[in-house]
Amino acid sequence: MQAHSQLDMTFAALADPTRRAILARLADGEASVNELAAPFAMSQPAISKHLKVLEGAGLITRGRDAQRRPCRIEARPLAEATEWLEEYRQFWESSFQNLDVVLDEMKALKKRKVSR
Amino acid sequence: MTSSGALSLIAKGDDEIVITRAFNAPLQMVFDAHTQPELLRRWFGVRNGWEFSVCEVDLKAGGAYCYVWRNEAKGLTLKIRGAFAEITAPSGFVCTESFEEPFQTDEAVNTYSFVESNGQTTLTISTKFPSAADRDMALKSGMETGLNESYVKLDALFA
Repeated sequence: MQAHSQLDMTFAALADPTRRAILARLADGEASVNELAAPFAMSQPAISKHLKVLEGAGLITRGRDAQRRPCRIEARPLAEATEWLEEYRQFWESSFQNLDVVLDEMKALKKRKVSR
Repeated sequence: MTSSGALSLIAKGDDEIVITRAFNAPLQMVFDAHTQPELLRRWFGVRNGWEFSVCEVDLKAGGAYCYVWRNEAKGLTLKIRGAFAEITAPSGFVCTESFEEPFQTDEAVNTYSFVESNGQTTLTISTKFPSAADRDMALKSGMETGLNESYVKLDALFA
């Protein structure tokens, strides 16, 4: 059950577009709250709230430097969540690729019937 | 094969999965392909080593459906059952879904909606699970059964 609760927290944290944007920014390297707040039309406390959620889910860690407290992305929980989603995605991706072929055949068949 | 829209799959909130995909085909055709067994058999879950051995669909409100896939080589079976709650052909349907094999799950609710625009039909499937743990189990099931063993490698998850 430990794995589940970690995954729940990861997915809950990822459900918000601002938090996904923050993670995308941190994938390029560590940043302070100020640096993270700059591209968003959001106050620093609002960004700090998002950072707390990300930190709670173990997706980021904060540095010790009292002034800056730079945020860093933590790769492992994110990789676990994406790995699971990826498995599910591949079932659908290959099913839908089969369906593209079936739909093309259905369209061709309909055309033949119409032109006959 | 005509090119079509990329698949989007997101985990929404803590108990939902939402899938979106566009197809280069008219609405009625895409709806039929999702609801007629002889068409479903040709594409749904069909992959290396897996046989679509049972595909029964009683398309009416209250009607049941049952899908069974078997992988002889691996000795694995995947069985899904459910019932249609609501059908608004050809724009969508709502059905329940639960796994019976390889393990049992509580009922999830699937909402399929089909929208046509400029000759393309976009499908959205929302699967609402009874709990966050059930949602995560559904994601995990693929690995345990090997159903999701893939021959298509995708490079990006959040495309």
